[in-house]
Amino acid sequence: MEAERQEPPVLEPGYTYASVTDKISALVLRQRTPRGWLIGFALTFAGLMMLLFAVSYLFVRGVGIWGINIPVAWGFAIVNFVWWIGIGHAGTLISAILLLLRQEWRTSVNRFAEAMTLFAVACALLFPLIHLGRPWLFYYMIPYPNTQGLWPQFRSPLVWDLFAVITYGLVSLLFWYTGLIPDLASLRDESNGRFRQVVYGVLAMGWRGSAKHWHRYEQSYYLMAALATPLVISVHSIVGLDFAVSIIPGWHSTITPPFFVAGAIFSGFAMVVTIAVPLRKFYHLEDLITMRHLDNMAKMLLAMSVLVAYGYLSEIFFGWYSGNQFEAFIVKNRFLGPYAPFYWAMLIINVLVPQLFWFKRIRRNVLVLFLLSLVINVGMWLERFIIVVVSLHRDFLPSSWGIYVPTVWDWAILLGSVGLFATLLFLFIRFLPAVSMAEMRGLVGEVSLGETAVGMTDAREIIKD
Amino acid sequence: MNEHDPELYGLMAEFAEADALKTAAAAARDAGYEQMDAYSPLPVEGLPQILGMHHRRMYWIVLVGLITGGVLGFGMQFYASVIDYPLNIGGRPLNSWPSFVPITFELAVLVAAFAAILGMFALNGLPQPYHPVFNVRAFKEASRECFFLCIQASDDQFDLEDTRWFLQNLPSVKGVYDVEP
Repeated sequence: MEAERQEPPVLEPGYTYASVTDKISALVLRQRTPRGWLIGFALTFAGLMMLLFAVSYLFVRGVGIWGINIPVAWGFAIVNFVWWIGIGHAGTLISAILLLLRQEWRTSVNRFAEAMTLFAVACALLFPLIHLGRPWLFYYMIPYPNTQGLWPQFRSPLVWDLFAVITYGLVSLLFWYTGLIPDLASLRDESNGRFRQVVYGVLAMGWRGSAKHWHRYEQSYYLMAALATPLVISVHSIVGLDFAVSIIPGWHSTITPPFFVAGAIFSGFAMVVTIAVPLRKFYHLEDLITMRHLDNMAKMLLAMSVLVAYGYLSEIFFGWYSGNQFEAFIVKNRFLGPYAPFYWAMLIINVLVPQLFWFKRIRRNVLVLFLLSLVINVGMWLERFIIVVVSLHRDFLPSSWGIYVPTVWDWAILLGSVGLFATLLFLFIRFLPAVSMAEMRGLVGEVSLGETAVGMTDAREIIKD
Repeated sequence: MNEHDPELYGLMAEFAEADALKTAAAAARDAGYEQMDAYSPLPVEGLPQILGMHHRRMYWIVLVGLITGGVLGFGMQFYASVIDYPLNIGGRPLNSWPSFVPITFELAVLVAAFAAILGMFALNGLPQPYHPVFNVRAFKEASRECFFLCIQASDDQFDLEDTRWFLQNLPSVKGVYDVEP
């Protein structure tokens, strides 16, 4: 009870519909582009250019410029794919699942978390594509009437994955855009320049806040949330099945799909914190993204860390319990093999470090939270590295064992994809409202609901007079 | 349309609070007005019902989308695997439906999501490049903090003087404006 009373609010008191709208729209319309934004954008844009250069070189020379070999034919590209698509999952969790669960603290983090999802999916989609070897033939994966009379193998999880990721990307985009429409109308109405009015006006599609429109809009939004909820679970489960359906020890396990979903939400929440902390600091959004949000997200990280730890434990247990020498070897190889330092680092980062979030002092220390979230991002990337590379490099026959060492091009593309992600985020923060104005007004409305009460009966009496 | 006053789309009243708008809409409904709409910067609970909205059409549209996507998704895989290019792999059934479930589900969700947003646009008549309510200067605030009730001139009961008087005498009204067509 004591702790309940000390809970910080989801929105600092004193805001009105107008002031909360102005505060958020000012970031886009009134404020001059901050110097920090320009510097950050320049850096991340340089990263994007590096990505373009590395990918161009890849297209010229082929995937041989990477460290991949046989047996490790899935290198960084697949590690990065799983990592990015996982990051996206927290955004959908916040925007859809927490909406259906009526968690009102989701309101102010919802918009940029959705944007994060969209950009993470964009980064993720890049990797299977460039991993193809002949990416210009990517359309072979899509079922279309062709002169060869062939179809994709619909019984393969890799084909399921194509459908899952494309559906996920498109549904995330639709959901994000639907959420943006009332805010685009606000920007249209508040901007001064003709150019901005036209651009935001076209994007807002003539939204005028009609009660009838709101009615259908809310129905549509909730229905989309209800659709996105099972979708997000399905996407990473299918990514997990990409691995689980093969017979490689370390992949061939029934726990893989739910384990992947838990890991996805874990890494995604780490990325939400990584974005939220600088965003609220540099744009002075401490009133909107309060300690309550950071505290709740730290708790989510803790919960997901425990789930992920259960996954690790189960893998170790089944290595022994299966009685299969190859399954037992992969566990031993993880602890003691050539990539052992990464496995130990992963265990420390993903299992031990988040235990710090049991302490309120840590959860409410913004700087520590930010640093830990960065570390967890790395830890979850390591997890995917362990799953992909360590499982592949020593499978059944010692004669076919190998070692994977990433080249400079592997690193350039990984860092470049971070550049792409951050560039998109910088542009988003500059040109679109980073927090949903319409939903924040709803939050203000809930807070002040008790204060204004003009009863229906009063009005009827006045009319009769 | 606009039989009563061809020069006007309607009359619009401004309110500062959601509850005042709800009260006003209920009063206008009780007074017999039908051609009207309310505008607000956030969804107001109960207001659509006061304005006579009891639509469940969105649900049907999304359900139809869900079923269409699912049937098309399963049908595509069935056609490819059983009819167009049957492949006997170790005597396994051609219609191996459990492995068709993921793509069926994904396509059902995809089509349903498009149905949800396109259905919402279609029912709401969006995108709409022009609407008379934007001619009211104060209407800018409808996306920021103010609430509006617009009674259209096309309503049978609409009478410029009477309706104006009615709107001006609503509780906590901030202003009444003519809406140019």
